[in-house]
Amino acid sequence: MTWVHDLAILTRGAGITAIIAVISTLLGAAIAFIVGVARVEGGPVVARIALFYIEFMRGTPLLVKLFWLYYALPLIGVSLDPFTTGIVGLSLNIGAYGAEVVRGGLQSVPDVQIEAARALNFSRRYTLLHITLPQTVIEMMPAFGNLAVQNLKDTALVSLISIADLTFRAQQLRNITLDSARIYTLTLLGYFVMALVLSAVMRFLEHKARRGAAFPRGMQQ
Amino acid sequence: MNPPLIRFTDVNKRFGPLTVLDRFNFAVQPGEKVTLIGPSGSGKSTVLRILMTLEPFQEGTLTLGDLSYHEPNGRGPFMASDKHLRDLRKNVGMVFQSFNLFPHMSVLRNIVEAPIAVLDMRRDAAEARALELLRLVGLLDKRDQFPSQLSGGQQQRVAIARAMAMRPRVLLFDEPTSALDPQLVGEVLGVIRTLAHEHDLTMLLVTHEMRFAREISDRVCFFAAGRIVEQGTPERIFSSPEQPRTQEFLKSVLTGQG
Ligand SMILES: Nc1ncnc2c1ncn2[C@@H]1O[C@H](COP(=O)(O)OP(=O)(O)OP(=O)(O)O)[C@@H](O)[C@H]1O
Ligand SMILES: [Mg+2]
Repeated sequence: MTWVHDLAILTRGAGITAIIAVISTLLGAAIAFIVGVARVEGGPVVARIALFYIEFMRGTPLLVKLFWLYYALPLIGVSLDPFTTGIVGLSLNIGAYGAEVVRGGLQSVPDVQIEAARALNFSRRYTLLHITLPQTVIEMMPAFGNLAVQNLKDTALVSLISIADLTFRAQQLRNITLDSARIYTLTLLGYFVMALVLSAVMRFLEHKARRGAAFPRGMQQ
Repeated sequence: MNPPLIRFTDVNKRFGPLTVLDRFNFAVQPGEKVTLIGPSGSGKSTVLRILMTLEPFQEGTLTLGDLSYHEPNGRGPFMASDKHLRDLRKNVGMVFQSFNLFPHMSVLRNIVEAPIAVLDMRRDAAEARALELLRLVGLLDKRDQFPSQLSGGQQQRVAIARAMAMRPRVLLFDEPTSALDPQLVGEVLGVIRTLAHEHDLTMLLVTHEMRFAREISDRVCFFAAGRIVEQGTPERIFSSPEQPRTQEFLKSVLTGQG
């Protein structure tokens, strides 16, 4: 009976974890593309701002950033609910790592491709959207998959700003049942299963993309 | 004589401390087919890349028709606005040594992409023109293949069709056959030969294929150290070069080619 009861509570927490992970990963991906492109294509000022953002996010602990958003931001007049705070913190954080993936991908496209695009008089914007990004987006996917899993695990920290995610529920249950072994084992398994599903989804997307007409197997360059 | 279509006047081009073009003067008539020959590092590619606006130059003037490459108040390394550079590029196409087809696009899309996106051509018109060009280069049956599925010679023929689809007034070839296996060179030269019959098309060709240069060019220019050392009709340059450096160069490449 307790098993069923515990599982039900943990599953509810896992649902919150999944929602937060998915939303922050998608927002993070959007940030990654904007900041990564800014880093490569932006003028000196824009590129430097993008670099600062990346370095700042990579150089500060996520937990402290979440606390800052949760406790310090309201002091300057912006208070967000815990859920929004968690999403914003996670997205900004993972977006910085993703931006480095996007930058690396864009820089891996040979210069001669950009020269060919220029010789055909494509605008810079068209070249980015239709020539360079499409050539590299598949190569970015494994790295994005890793980041998505990392982000999923990072969501555990939002339990500390009172979001009732999987970790939060686990703490609660353990405090009631005092059965650390069982609760934490189930919790670990919960994260592990979600990570497996996430990896499988990412691999499926990559596989689909590679088999798409635009990228025949054995494509070089 | 007509006014030249292309005119370099005292152009200086440097890469850092290295001077690649040194008070370079060169003019090309509309419709003329000019071959540039010369030793490695003499600046032949640089001339084409400057014309394609892939490289800026520091001093001197370059004009194409009535457009100057530098704008009076132009800024940045090119001393011209993006819009001005794009106006220039409308006139010029380039075929690269390494083909540089877009690997994620089919052959047909490689050819129609720019006419549709840049010239605002309608898709059906662009495709009709692309198929015409594919027939010209003998690759009609490859329209739905991807570059990775083609031989080097086929890729280069597609690249030529792609450049021609933009209807350039000037077409630049930078060693279009140097990256090819010897048995594939002929098919690409065949296509270039066909284009050389187009009266209105101005062609600048850098090549080491001396026999081919002799056959298709109106004029051959021998380059050394960033200048044209000697130029003239192919007959004159190949049969009776006057400059010792030209003689030496021709001797080395012609014996090399057997
Ligand atoms: N991006 C660059 N940066 C620095 N130096 C360069 C650059 N591009 C070319 N050069 C130098 O400029 C000189 C002329 O180069 P260019 O490519 O025009 O020669 P080329 O006549 O085409 O030679 P090749 O027959 O080898 O292709 C060479 O000394 C080369 O090393
Ligand atoms: Mg060269």
